[in-house]
Amino acid sequence: MKNLILAAAVMALTAGGALAQTVRMGTEGAYPPYNFINDAGEVDGFERELGDKLCEMASLTCEWVTTDWDGIIPNLQSGNYDVIIAGMSITEERDKVIDFTQNYIPPAASAYMALSADADVKGGVVAAQVGTIQAGHVAESGATLLEFATPDETVAAVRNGEADAVFADKDYLAPILAESGGKFVWAGEEVQLGGGVGMGIRESDTELKAKFDAGITAMKADGSLNELIKKWFGPDAVTY
Amino acid sequence: MFAACADPSLIAGPEWLLCYLTTGKHVDFYWSFLTVLILLAVTAPTALAFGFGGAMAARSPILPVRLVGKGYTAMVRGVPDIVFFLFFVIALDQGIEWTVHQIRCPDWIEPIRQGLEFRVCPQAKVPQGSAPQSVHELYGFALAVLTFALVFGAFAANVLYGAMQAVPKGQLETAEAYGMSHRQVFRRVLVPQMWVYALPGLGNLWMILIKATPLLFLLGVKDIVYWARELGGAKTSAYAFPHPDWRLYYFLFLMAFYLCMTKLSEIVLSRLSARLSRGQATAAGEALRRAAA
Repeated sequence: MKNLILAAAVMALTAGGALAQTVRMGTEGAYPPYNFINDAGEVDGFERELGDKLCEMASLTCEWVTTDWDGIIPNLQSGNYDVIIAGMSITEERDKVIDFTQNYIPPAASAYMALSADADVKGGVVAAQVGTIQAGHVAESGATLLEFATPDETVAAVRNGEADAVFADKDYLAPILAESGGKFVWAGEEVQLGGGVGMGIRESDTELKAKFDAGITAMKADGSLNELIKKWFGPDAVTY
Repeated sequence: MFAACADPSLIAGPEWLLCYLTTGKHVDFYWSFLTVLILLAVTAPTALAFGFGGAMAARSPILPVRLVGKGYTAMVRGVPDIVFFLFFVIALDQGIEWTVHQIRCPDWIEPIRQGLEFRVCPQAKVPQGSAPQSVHELYGFALAVLTFALVFGAFAANVLYGAMQAVPKGQLETAEAYGMSHRQVFRRVLVPQMWVYALPGLGNLWMILIKATPLLFLLGVKDIVYWARELGGAKTSAYAFPHPDWRLYYFLFLMAFYLCMTKLSEIVLSRLSARLSRGQATAAGEALRRAAA
């Protein structure tokens, strides 16, 4: 009886859902200019514009959802959304658990940002966001890794003197450095990590992956992707 | 919100601040206070109901029922909240989807578990993938309420169990001597008297519940702490209102909010305690009697 009531309630809750394909786009919303929540409370940034364009090209209805970075892969796997589009670099390790489309941002540099150019990035304390390729790199570099849940906190740690430097995508740090009024400077050397940024998709979702792959190929061919990269990351950004 | 706020780079001072504090994002922040208050308002009675059920089961003369009651409190109390919040919600969510899957897609042949993936047929997704985001949020909120109620219900069950044991045996025996049935004794004598013993413990739980609401973010509900962190973080000019790290001010504001909630709760609880002690055979009840005489 109880099961029957439960089932009935569930049916009522889910009835009427048309089969028009809605794709839920999962992002972090805390990594400008890749993705962030703008002042109107909406997801905004390079990936919002790119994602909307790709959905339009594949005639999909897309809905944006945000989640914390730490749980972004498990939430994809349990089906809370269908795509990760969150500045996620394609790495072998991640490719084992989820699938990636081809990259939509070419492999770009990661950089150290510190309060002084001679900060010790090899032996000092370096902040990075948890679960990123940069965090993995710091752990192997010999520096003491200080991990934070959000990118903003990694920068704050350097500002407060908690860490000697922060290690992240250069494109993320560049606007912060430019607007710090000389407080922040680059330190150490730039490092090339990962195979570019791609969209993460469940391994079983081959059809969706093909659709987005086709869209990215088309945008690469007609140059609109390069324009979009330049618009959000500045004229010096690496393009295709 | 205001017409003057259309281009924030042109305004300064108090006007800028006013515009800043009324952005869509800040409105979301203000709504999240309501989310937390609603969560408290819904969870507290639900948890109390769970607790009452648990305490009754733990006192049951029937062994299996008693085991269920005791098992519930022991299990939930023994597992750290955060583990429970991470595990139980996923298990519940997948359990519901699995059930719907069995009903709606009996012909589905692909395995539901593929490695780490959990994949049911699209019709069995709860809520449906095509449902608006608000439905997803409501569903997440409902899961949150249930999880909070289950966790705090277990603690409440233990408090109520203790309170029921604390009611003087003589009271119950006297009631039985008057010819009342077990059920009547429970309803007329035991329950009305136990509240005064349960109140300090329940008051504690309420306070802990208020402070536990930031766990909401683990369940995907954007609560006040999430928004304070998000809004307070340093903002570059990618945003319309760039500002340095203002988390301190946002968290001070939250502290004021939580302190107000705590103070308010203390006032209500002490009044409730006085009200419940009236006519009771306890020291507090005795003091009330003397004061009145």
